Amino acid sequence: MKHIISILIENESGALSRVAGLFSARGYNIESLTVAATEDATLSRMTLVTRGSEDVIEQITKQLNKLIDVVKLIDLADTAHIERELMLVKVKTTEKTREEIKNVADIFRGKIIDVTPTSYIVEITGPSDKLDSFIAAIDAKNIVEVVRSGATGISRGEKGLHL
Amino acid sequence: MELNGAEILIQSLKDEGVEFIFGYPGGAVLHIYDALFQQNDIKHILVRHEQGATHAADGYARATGNPGVVLVTSGPGATNAVTGIATAYMDSIPMVVISGQVSMPVIGSDAFQEVDMVGITRPCVKHNYLVKDVTKLAETIKKAFYVATTGRPGPVVVDVPKDITAPHIKVPYKYPKKVSIRSYEPTVSADKGQLKKAIDLLTAAHRPIIYSGGGVVLGNASKELTELTHTLGFPITNTLMGLGAFPATDKQFIGMLGMHGTYEANMAMHESDLIIAIGARFDDRVTGKLDLFCPYAKIIHIDIDPASISKTVKVDIAIVSDVKPALEQMMELIKESDKKPSKKALEAWWKQIKEWKSINCLDYDRNSNLIKPQYVVEQLYQVTKGNAYITSDVGQHQMWAAQYYPFDKPRRWINSGGLGTMGFGLPAAIGVKLAFPDADVACITGEASVQMCIQELSTALQYKTPVKIINLNNRYMGMVRQWQEFTYESRYSHSYMDTIPEFVKLAEAYGHVGIRVEKPEDVRPALEEAFALKDRTVFLDFITDRTENVYPMIEAGKGHHDMKLRVALGTSTDRELA
Repeated sequence: MKHIISILIENESGALSRVAGLFSARGYNIESLTVAATEDATLSRMTLVTRGSEDVIEQITKQLNKLIDVVKLIDLADTAHIERELMLVKVKTTEKTREEIKNVADIFRGKIIDVTPTSYIVEITGPSDKLDSFIAAIDAKNIVEVVRSGATGISRGEKGLHL
Repeated sequence: MELNGAEILIQSLKDEGVEFIFGYPGGAVLHIYDALFQQNDIKHILVRHEQGATHAADGYARATGNPGVVLVTSGPGATNAVTGIATAYMDSIPMVVISGQVSMPVIGSDAFQEVDMVGITRPCVKHNYLVKDVTKLAETIKKAFYVATTGRPGPVVVDVPKDITAPHIKVPYKYPKKVSIRSYEPTVSADKGQLKKAIDLLTAAHRPIIYSGGGVVLGNASKELTELTHTLGFPITNTLMGLGAFPATDKQFIGMLGMHGTYEANMAMHESDLIIAIGARFDDRVTGKLDLFCPYAKIIHIDIDPASISKTVKVDIAIVSDVKPALEQMMELIKESDKKPSKKALEAWWKQIKEWKSINCLDYDRNSNLIKPQYVVEQLYQVTKGNAYITSDVGQHQMWAAQYYPFDKPRRWINSGGLGTMGFGLPAAIGVKLAFPDADVACITGEASVQMCIQELSTALQYKTPVKIINLNNRYMGMVRQWQEFTYESRYSHSYMDTIPEFVKLAEAYGHVGIRVEKPEDVRPALEEAFALKDRTVFLDFITDRTENVYPMIEAGKGHHDMKLRVALGTSTDRELA
């Protein structure tokens, strides 16, 4: 099962490689990993998407917690949460396909943010599976490039992951 | 007080109470060595190879419980230390390794003797630091000791660029008394509810067993473990790392468990209905094949590291805590509780264990006209009256030491259990002897292992650390050969050396005493002679039966109940060897 693990980690050089190194050393898989500073400049927020059995996820969270730089973490799969990913897709267009691609982008609440006579760039945000669906809805031979940010997420309600 | 970086480093170590630094100088640490030269409080032990420095510091740490301190230069000095750092990491040994680094402005330019030490050691340290600001140096050293010695201990590397220690840059010095790290909370105490559940289980058990490991030694909880075991009346087995935490000569001790554990310990684990695992981590050398591990048992696990719990074996009751307070609390609850373990069930259980014990699984051919390695260890035990600190290398001799030298006290058995590092024993023995100059210290080794750090014989002379080297010389990498005999139809691929040095001459060349022993009747007198030479390092080269194997053995993929036992006494010498 897919798990989104959200980590508060000291904003220090090497913190990212400690996390990435842990995953490679112990043979856990990473589907995506995003990291950026938070409102507190001394902390980074890392969002990591991984898959595994309950036992493996338990080990992953324990091993992450064991890293000295990790302040706190939460497995968003355990709580009600919102997941978002940003995707930019460059699509080849022709007179014939323009309208159709625009329609599909509209259905997915995507925005066309760049237009040339032969291409569009579509921007879409949403849960990762929605982005998958958009790609599936576009004829593969028209896709020039797909850029995804990797998922981020946040728990619903009042409670939050902070110090 | 204003000090430069090098002085801050040395002063911090003094303020931390450091007695010895094990190290080797080089370009990036010259400022530090200059500061070291101008003081007399800390003793520097100059090793002959940086691996030796880490193992010596490690031996010192294991014997004393204090963190070992290492100082090496950048590049090759740092990489040479890595094996010793990984050794300490696998066995959770507190250690602070200070490595020199090239100056900050040239980091990343492939400068002379530059290596990314923080990157290289990341997977084998508890934590590491690169010091980028001299004003943060003292605090970083404090943090390093704090992290290394608290919680589940481990090695911490502090990488110090050369310009940070520059003589002309002076900053105010103050060593912090206390340090806290917001992302690191090492003190955990046992949950009372979990303890109560544990008491319910252990008072209801019919075939219980205590399985304790190195965590009891590291947590200084031998007294508590012994008291609890006596109160409960349960059989107890120790892991390789846990030997000595419970007195091996106590009648409740049923020997080591695991791959080369006793028949009774492994059978008792297999048949038990309750395992109380204390400061042990269900290592693969202990469990054998996981699917077959202890099929009837419920498991209580006390460990300071949550990540060790249910890592390989799912447990029923997890108690995350420092071992000592957890055992103390457990004792109190047992005293308060009106539930007691069933005497009748325990009697039947002990009767069964005694039956297993009666096969005498550690017996060997005592009438051989060749020196049996087991006999040497037994005689060593007699001669040292069981009071020596024993270090070992890795292989057959390590297992024989564990099997035939009963340890009654913790911190007396010093070996590389997790990483299995050949070359560990001799430098570790030097570290132990420095800590306890009046104690008998012996290194049980083999002719292959001892050659991996043989250069430290020179260190032993320089610092007058008269250790006794018990070389069980079977002219093979014995454990490799044993596996090749069992699983590769005796194809002894590169498990022997055609050229083995004359160890007596070698010992003499290093300024020590060498004694070669070839007959069983000479074993005891040679040992007595060696230990009578109080102020000399003695290299005892025992020419042993080269075909001897370590039994019992659980082969890969087998369960605890499926041990290879010594088939018939005295037959090993009759086997054809290539």
